[in-house]
Amino acid sequence: MSAPKFRLEVVTPEGVVFSKDVVSFKAPGSEGQFGVLANHAPFMTSLEIGPIELFDGSESYYLATTGGFTEVLPHKTIILAETAETKGEIDIERARTSLERAQKRLEAKSPDLDVERAQLSLHRALNRLRVVGVK
Amino acid sequence: MSTLKVIRRRIASVKSTQKITRAMQMVAAAKLHRAQMNIEKARPYTLKLRDTIASLVIRTDPNRHPLLAVREPEKTAIMIVTGDRGLCGSFNSNIIRKAEAAMQGGEELILVGKKGVEYFGKRGYNVAQKHSGIFRYLNFGNATAIGEMLNRYYCEQELDRVLLIYNEFKSAVQQYVVLEQLLPLKPAEIGEANPVEYIYEPSAAAVLDAILPLNLNMQIWRVLLESNAAEQGARMTAMENATDAAQEMIETLTLHYNKARQATITREIMDIVGGSIGME
Repeated sequence: MSAPKFRLEVVTPEGVVFSKDVVSFKAPGSEGQFGVLANHAPFMTSLEIGPIELFDGSESYYLATTGGFTEVLPHKTIILAETAETKGEIDIERARTSLERAQKRLEAKSPDLDVERAQLSLHRALNRLRVVGVK
Repeated sequence: MSTLKVIRRRIASVKSTQKITRAMQMVAAAKLHRAQMNIEKARPYTLKLRDTIASLVIRTDPNRHPLLAVREPEKTAIMIVTGDRGLCGSFNSNIIRKAEAAMQGGEELILVGKKGVEYFGKRGYNVAQKHSGIFRYLNFGNATAIGEMLNRYYCEQELDRVLLIYNEFKSAVQQYVVLEQLLPLKPAEIGEANPVEYIYEPSAAAVLDAILPLNLNMQIWRVLLESNAAEQGARMTAMENATDAAQEMIETLTLHYNKARQATITREIMDIVGGSIGME
């Protein structure tokens, strides 16, 4: 018997990125990474920067998100993400440069440094590179 | 003879202008189509966000979030959305007029679009932020950048109220100038609440805290998309009118040209006839 599936939609302000029946998905919740299988109880949480992994029974898909939230309902799950980029959409060069820029800024420790912003930018860049599989 | 030449030259120049306006009209029509698709694409997200906020608001105390807090409006900012380019009828000037009428003095201006930046930048207004040239490659990041900045200022009480002036897209030939309040966010109208009891992680209040800034970004995104579509619609109409006017002008000029040409031929014949009579 094949594993039960449920409908998963990944929606961003620029359109529906993914809409398919999946067996499971993993996402970076604000309380840590979580995984969901079919018939999960209704659940809602906000998302952090991180990778979303979707498994449709034969293949895994990866998306890089910068935050949003997830709503799990018995037969349908919606991930509302601010951004959700697939491997092909990620600009590796750009992610690399912003990674270096953020690292430099954090190392320089100048007094007017917005540490929070630099760290967020660092996380976003690392996450993109991780999803592409470069890092 | 010289008038014939002058008229011919004018016809040629009007024709080449018409070519340009017609091309611009067609480009605007294509861009309008894309802008409308972008509005469509944003819709599922907006609807879902609104549902979710509605169901969260009834489970928490909505007044506790800083983006919903209503304060005495001492420091107001006005976000003015114009286009980056001209040749679109009264699209930009309507916005500018409305903005000047709405100002009471002392407001900070957040200018989106090059036309607004050019106008208000030169006239000694208190300009806090300029965002020009974003419409060409409009993406959600533009909205996030503005949203995060407003969010920070509002929560730190640097601003007490944010108003918004933009062109709302009604149809390809209609735009309305809209003045509305962006911040404080209006508590979502509570429709029929979703009866499902969710497990909230970490808590309903924390999820609401995370969603409200997203909602702010989304509002700004919607406004940018609306304004972009409205601009293309306005340009398309303006260029259509210009093309029609050019056509009319060409027809009048051609009539004048033919009359002048006939007059010349008649004169020449009369000359010849006069000459041959003289020979006899």
